[in-house]
Amino acid sequence: MQLFPCPFCGLRDEREFHFAGEVGKTRPKTSEPVSDADWNTYLNTQRNEKGAAREIWCHVTCQEYFVMERDTVSMDVLETVALRKEPS
Amino acid sequence: MTGSRIDSGGLIDRAKPLGFSFDGRAYSGYSGDTLASALLANGVRVMGRSFKYHRPRGVWGAWFDDPNAIFGIRLADDEFPNCPATTTQLVDGMQARAVNAWPSAKFDIKAGLDLFHRWLGAGFYYKTFMWPGWGLFEPAIRRMAGLGHLDLNTVAGYVSDQLHDSCDFLVIGGGAAGLTAARAMAEAGQDIVLIDDHPELGGGLYRRGLAIEGETPQVWIASQHKAIRQAGGRIMTSTTGFGIFDHNLVGLAEDRGFSRAPRLHRMRASRIVMATGALDRPITFANNDRPGIMSVEAATEYLGRYGVLVGRHIALVSNNSFAGQAAAQLRAAGAEVTGCDATQGPIRALGGKHLSGVEVGGKRYGCDTILASGGLTPIVHLWRHAGGKLNWRDDLAAFVPGNPMEGMIAIGAANGTFDMDEALAEARSVVKSGGASVRGDHYSITPIWPKPGAKGRQWIDFQHDVTLKDVEQAARENFVSVEHLKRYTTLGMASDQGKTSNMAGLVAMASIQGKSIPETGTTTFRPPFVPVPLELYRGQNRGHTRNPLKRLPLEAVHRAAGAAMGEYGGWLRPGWYGEKSAEDAIRAECAMARKAAGIFDSSPLGKIEVMGPDAEAFVNFIYYNTIRTLKPGAIRYGFMLTERGIVYDDGVISRLGPQRFVISCSSSHVDGVNANLEAWRQDGNDPDRLFVHDTTANWATVTVTGPKAREIVAELGTDLDFSPDNFPHMTFRETVFLGAPARIARVSFTGDASYEISVPVASVETLWKTLIAAGGSLGAGPVGLEALSVLRAEKGYLIIGKDTDGETMPHDLGFGIPRLKKQAEYVGDRSLYSEVAQLETRRQFVGLAVPERAGPLPTGAHLVDTRDGRTVSIGIVTSSYDSPCLGKPIALALMECGQERMGEQVTVLHLGETRMAQVTSPCFLDPAGERLNA
Repeated sequence: MQLFPCPFCGLRDEREFHFAGEVGKTRPKTSEPVSDADWNTYLNTQRNEKGAAREIWCHVTCQEYFVMERDTVSMDVLETVALRKEPS
Repeated sequence: MTGSRIDSGGLIDRAKPLGFSFDGRAYSGYSGDTLASALLANGVRVMGRSFKYHRPRGVWGAWFDDPNAIFGIRLADDEFPNCPATTTQLVDGMQARAVNAWPSAKFDIKAGLDLFHRWLGAGFYYKTFMWPGWGLFEPAIRRMAGLGHLDLNTVAGYVSDQLHDSCDFLVIGGGAAGLTAARAMAEAGQDIVLIDDHPELGGGLYRRGLAIEGETPQVWIASQHKAIRQAGGRIMTSTTGFGIFDHNLVGLAEDRGFSRAPRLHRMRASRIVMATGALDRPITFANNDRPGIMSVEAATEYLGRYGVLVGRHIALVSNNSFAGQAAAQLRAAGAEVTGCDATQGPIRALGGKHLSGVEVGGKRYGCDTILASGGLTPIVHLWRHAGGKLNWRDDLAAFVPGNPMEGMIAIGAANGTFDMDEALAEARSVVKSGGASVRGDHYSITPIWPKPGAKGRQWIDFQHDVTLKDVEQAARENFVSVEHLKRYTTLGMASDQGKTSNMAGLVAMASIQGKSIPETGTTTFRPPFVPVPLELYRGQNRGHTRNPLKRLPLEAVHRAAGAAMGEYGGWLRPGWYGEKSAEDAIRAECAMARKAAGIFDSSPLGKIEVMGPDAEAFVNFIYYNTIRTLKPGAIRYGFMLTERGIVYDDGVISRLGPQRFVISCSSSHVDGVNANLEAWRQDGNDPDRLFVHDTTANWATVTVTGPKAREIVAELGTDLDFSPDNFPHMTFRETVFLGAPARIARVSFTGDASYEISVPVASVETLWKTLIAAGGSLGAGPVGLEALSVLRAEKGYLIIGKDTDGETMPHDLGFGIPRLKKQAEYVGDRSLYSEVAQLETRRQFVGLAVPERAGPLPTGAHLVDTRDGRTVSIGIVTSSYDSPCLGKPIALALMECGQERMGEQVTVLHLGETRMAQVTSPCFLDPAGERLNA
C-alpha cells in the first residue's frame, strides 16, 4: 500500500486516491471535425510509461485533483503539484 | 523406538498436561506444545498422507517449513480445515484429523494409488483426460483433489481486528541477531518494534542449546527482553511478518489462538531489519519422504523447545559443519547418533513404514530415524517482497540478500551470517553503520544437489508429490523455466509454498540444463509468507461497514407507518407500506396513486448546485441536452454521457438564476455525478469561476403525484398559486415552509402531475405529516419504491442502468435531437458519430405488450430472432410488471431496430420457454400528456 502526498492534505494512504488520467491528454476540439483516429487516441491510448510518469490523481476525501509524478517501476513518488494555478 | 518426551528441558510446562485426539485416538501433551511436538512425544510418526499418491508422511520440519502434517481440527463447536500441525499450539480438547487420509493417516484407504505412480507423473491428468472432453472428468477429479473439509458453519465472532501502526525500525525475527539489533537501536533512542512468530522470543537459540555470551539461552533472552522494554521498545510475539508491500508497509498477522481470527497490523516502518534466520534444506535421495526422516534443525528444535527426542537410533546425514553440534546435543539427551557424510555417494532410506536404516555410498547404517541437512537456506522471502535482489554465494551454496536496499537490511542467518559471534557483531553494527556484513569462515559446506537420472523415487516437493523424475520429465517437455516448471509439476505450489522444495527443484533443473544456479534463478516470492485466513484481509471491511446504507431523515416515520424497508441504490427506503402481502400492497398503492394521489419520500434525489460565471457553459458542456437556453425558474430533463457516448445518468436541471443551477440526478448516482462534475471542473475549467456543491444531504424531499396532488399541496399554506397556468409542468418555485426556504419542482416520474417539495431536513417531518393528513381525506397516502417503479414503467420512463446497459446511447432511447442539432461541444459528442454509434442494428428502447391474462414477461428474458433456423438474441426485457391501472402486463425492452418494428410480434425466450409479445411504444399511459400537464 502506497502513501501519496496530497498537495492539500499531506501524506495519505493510497486508498483515498483515484487515478484520473495521464497528464497532457487534451480533449480534441469537437466543434470542429475530429478524425476517428484522433478521437480513438484521446479515448483509448495511454502512454503507460515505464519509469517516471506524470499523472492526474484525485484525493477523493478532499476532492482535489493534482499532478503526481511517480516512478512506475520503483513506486517512488517524485512530486505532487496542485492543478489549480496560484492566484496572480 | 520412535519419539519420546525427555524428563527436563524445553519451554513446555510439564505441570499443565493437555488432552487431545488424533485420528480418533486419545493422547496427551503439555502446555507449550504444538500438535506436532505432542504427537511426536507420544511416539506418533505418520501424521498425514501426501496429496497425490497418499504416501504416509511424518513431519519434516518443526515450524512453518513443514509440508506434511496438515490437520482438520475441531475444538468444541468450531472446526477449521488445513491447520499445520507444526505451528498450531495445542489446546486441551482438540480433535485433530489428517486431512488427506481416511479412515486415518496410518491406514489410508487410498494408499493403493501409490502403486500407479509410474503412470501418474507430472501432467498426467491434463494429458489423459483430454478425450472426449475435460469437462466430463473434471467433477470427479475435483472431488478427489483438494485438502480438507470446509465446515459451512461460520465461527461466531471470527473477525480480524485491523490496526494501523508505525515505527522507526521494525525488527522481524526475535532470535539472537534480532534481539541484539532491537536492543542496540532501542537503547540508541529509536522507536523500535520487534516481532517474532513463536510465542516465545529466542529463535534458534533453544535448538542451538549452547551458552551465549556466557549465559544460558533462557537467561540471555530474558535480559535482552528486559533491556528492550526498558529502552521503550515494543515486542510482539506470535506475530508473523507475512509480506512487505509498497512504501515499507509490512503486513503483520498476530495469532490470537485457535478459533480466533488473527489480528492484522499494517505496520509502516521507516526501516526494516530482516533477522528471519535460515532453514535447513532437505537432501534429495531415494525414499527421502519416509516418516522418520526429518531435518536436523527440526530434531534439535523439538528437543530444545519442546523436550522431545525424535528417535533413539539416529543417523545424521549431512554435508555441513553444523551437524557435529546437533549430534552432540542429541547424544546428551540420550540418543545414539551415527554421523554419515552425505557427500559420500548415493543415499537411500531403508525399510518401509518403519525405517530400518540408511545406505550412504554403499555403506549401510541401522537406525530408526534419519536426520538430514543439505545446508542452510537463508529465509529471504521478505527481502524479495520488498523488491531486493539475491546473490548466489558459492561458499554457502545459498542465495543471500544482494544489493543494499534503502529502508531495509538483512542481518544474521537471513543474511548468510551463520556464525553466532559474527551475527551478533553484524546486529550491533546496524545502529552505527546501518549494517555491515561480517564475513567469516566458521560455516563450511560441500554442496550436494539432486542428481538427474538417480535411482529410486526421490522427493522434491513432499506435499504435492513432485519427484526428481517429474522435474526431468518437465525438462524433456521443454518446461525449463523455473516458472514453467512450477506450474507444470505444481512444485512449490502447496500450502508451504516451496519453503523446502524450491531450492531442490531449481537446482535439479539447473543441473539437467547444465546451467549455473544463479542463471536458472528462483521463482517469484509472493506474500503471504505463511498461509493466513482471508478473514485477515477483510476484518470489518464487510457488509454495511464496508458499504454503509444511506438513511432517510424520515426513516422512523416510515417504519411507524409500517414500511417494508429495503435497499434501493445504496439507500434504505420504503418498498411498500402496511400489513398486506407485498404484491397486494404494491397493487393498492399503484391504484391509489392513479386514482387520488401517492405521497413518497424522494429525499435521495440528487441536489448538486453548480454556481459561478462559467456555470451555464459548464452545464451545457456536461449535458447532452442544450441547457444554455433554459430560463430561470424552468426545468429540463437531460442525459449525462460518458466520453464514449454512453448514457451515464438522467436527471433534471433547474435554473435558479443566471449563474446558478441545481442538478437533480438519479438517487444512486449522486456520488458518481458529483465526482464527474468535479473532475471536469478542476481538470479542464477554471475552478475559480465555477463551484460545484452537493447539497443532497441538506434537503429532504417529499413528492406528491396524482390527480389530487394539487389539492394536497395547496394545504401546505405557502404563498404559491398551483394552477397549471401559473405553475406548469417542468417549472419550479421557491417559497417558504415553516419559516424556512422550500423549493417546489413540478416534474414527474409517474406520468401524473407531481410536485417535488424540498425543505431543510429539520422541517421534513412536519412536511410529511401535513401532506399525509391532507391526502388522507382525499383518498391519498404513502407509496413505496416498488409502486413507483410500476407507475414510471406505465408511462415509459426509464431507469438508467436497468433499462439501459453499457452500450446504450441517447438516440437509442428516442432522444436523438441534440445529437443532430446541438452545436456546442458536450461530453461524449464525438462518440455519437463513431461507426458503432451509427449502426442500424442498435438496440433501441421499446415497450412490449402481452395479452391480458398471459402474466408478465420475465425480466431479463431474451428477445430472439429465429429466422434462418438459428436462435439469435436481438434484445432483452429490462423491466416487466403486471400493471394494476392498465389491467394487463407491460414490459420495457432494449431491442435491435426496435423503432422500425413497432406493431410486430417478437419471440421472447426465457429458460427454454418461448412467448410472443407485440412491440409497442414504451409509453402505455396517457401518450398525449393530459394527466401530466393537468
